[in-house]
Amino acid sequence: MTCNASFVFSDSYLNYHFHSDHPFNQLRVVLAKELLEAVNTLQPSDMIEPRQATDAELELFHDKAYIQAVKQASTGKLPEEKGLEFGLGTEDTPVFTNMHEASSMLVGGSLNAVDAVLEGKSTHSLNLGGGLHHGLKRKASGFCVYNDGAIAIKYLRKKYDVKVLYVDTDAHHGDGVQWAFYEDPNVCTLSIHETGRYLFPGTGNVNERGIKAGHGYSFNLPVDAFTEDESFLQVYESAFEEICAFFKPDIIVTQNGADAHAYDPLTHLCTTMTAYERIPMLAHKMAHEYCNGNWVALGGGGYDMWRAVPRAWAQVWNVMKTGQPQTGKIPDMWLRKWQPQAPVTLPQYWHDEPSIVPEIPRRAEITEKNAKFLLSALKYTKQK
Amino acid sequence: MLVESIMTKNIQTLPPDATIAEALQLLQQYHIRHIPITNEKNHVIGIVSDRDIRDASPSVFSKSAVQSELQHELQSIMSQPVITIHPLDFVEEIASIFYEKEFACLPVVSNNELIGIVTEKDMLHTLIQLTGTNVQSSHIELKVPHRPGILPEVTAIFGKHKTNITSVLVYPYHDDPNYKILVFRIQTMNPVPVIEDLRKAGYELLWPNHMAGPTR
Repeated sequence: MTCNASFVFSDSYLNYHFHSDHPFNQLRVVLAKELLEAVNTLQPSDMIEPRQATDAELELFHDKAYIQAVKQASTGKLPEEKGLEFGLGTEDTPVFTNMHEASSMLVGGSLNAVDAVLEGKSTHSLNLGGGLHHGLKRKASGFCVYNDGAIAIKYLRKKYDVKVLYVDTDAHHGDGVQWAFYEDPNVCTLSIHETGRYLFPGTGNVNERGIKAGHGYSFNLPVDAFTEDESFLQVYESAFEEICAFFKPDIIVTQNGADAHAYDPLTHLCTTMTAYERIPMLAHKMAHEYCNGNWVALGGGGYDMWRAVPRAWAQVWNVMKTGQPQTGKIPDMWLRKWQPQAPVTLPQYWHDEPSIVPEIPRRAEITEKNAKFLLSALKYTKQK
Repeated sequence: MLVESIMTKNIQTLPPDATIAEALQLLQQYHIRHIPITNEKNHVIGIVSDRDIRDASPSVFSKSAVQSELQHELQSIMSQPVITIHPLDFVEEIASIFYEKEFACLPVVSNNELIGIVTEKDMLHTLIQLTGTNVQSSHIELKVPHRPGILPEVTAIFGKHKTNITSVLVYPYHDDPNYKILVFRIQTMNPVPVIEDLRKAGYELLWPNHMAGPTR
């Protein structure tokens, strides 16, 4: 199925840069974009520019005092003690020049993606620069300054009054977005992530289900460390399909962190490109079945930026545009350009060899445990 | 941590001559499970639990409901004497009372007067806070030699990276008295630099431990 899709990008995304040793590097977005250009699935006519989100838009989710602090940090005028109160100036989210401008550009990218879809200019829209799901109301956290996903969903609610299903497949729990809509029955959040027993941020237990009117509209699947494709996809696909049938969203917003890949240095999940082909395939299918195609996809985590992220993110676009992931060989043109800069050998194929995942001694138990979490997470959807 | 910082101060009590029916109503109204029985000087003279009251109530199956049972006085069913604790007791000390005596609730008494209660649930909440799992954090687990000075050596590495530690736990290492397990929760999404330095310093990481996979 060929769909009308838009790709939000600007070179200014590279300005969201903490320092050269920091694991969050937006060059990932450029690598994915150029990979798509090399296979000719991304045309100049698909591109839309991001814009800087206004203060009023940032305030849809963030506190005024926090936005002021980010602005001060931008020009080096934020005192260290005050910064720490807002999570700014830590090892995770260090302060950098023009961080307000760079961060609000990523947010504006997600807002433009939303407008493109809701105004009918495109059926799907992708903003790989966004997906900063850890940003809290008045605190930077986990490499995220402004939470573009939470702001985009607040914007969707306010401007278009639609029911939003947010699906987060990043290996870290989508805490910032979850808390933003914890009381809201019109925004349903589903996060699949490595269990917080070991991994940051530590939240995302299956019993976090929302409160007050929002009770029953937060879903969490904390899968065990060392989970592989088959078990990951089983819980993802079952939960996504069932939650769609239960919630009947008007639009789906996905956060496509690519850090559940076996290569990722910050997490302990063991998926391969098989998962990253099927994740967008199902989002695409559900968007057409329930939402007239309305689908906004965001980027997110992903710290093996040479081998895992470019392919995983490119497949989101390939599915948006052509209905299918790419197969076969990675174009020589892309390999020739980037291999000299990469500290690792770049992959030659879109698909991974199964051998990249080490033998997992407790596979059967991990699979069983994940299946139990799935049952528990969906405990109430069957009754409603 | 002291008992006074975790105890509940808003307590529902009844006098010894109150009826089982009154106690039943109080349990339901306040969603509580224990009622200290106090005299006119606010001294604790007994305690009743939801279970004591259930045991003393007429069976729901008995057709000729013997409602008079509900009119019995609490002093006929209350447990006594009552083990009480002091607001300046350590939480970890009273934990052993809960464990050994299998109580689910301890009244807190100061100058002979009832001033609070601590329940099993309060204890578990304290435990959750001790483990630091209620705040954003990453988990690191180390096997270290059991010798003086080891903790500051390890934490110096966290300090070098300005990493905030949200909790520290020290466990025995199986049955080997020569080693201990240290568990840290640290406030960072990127523990890699800390982990590299810990490995460089020669510490054995039990978590994260990519190569071994999950261990039993």
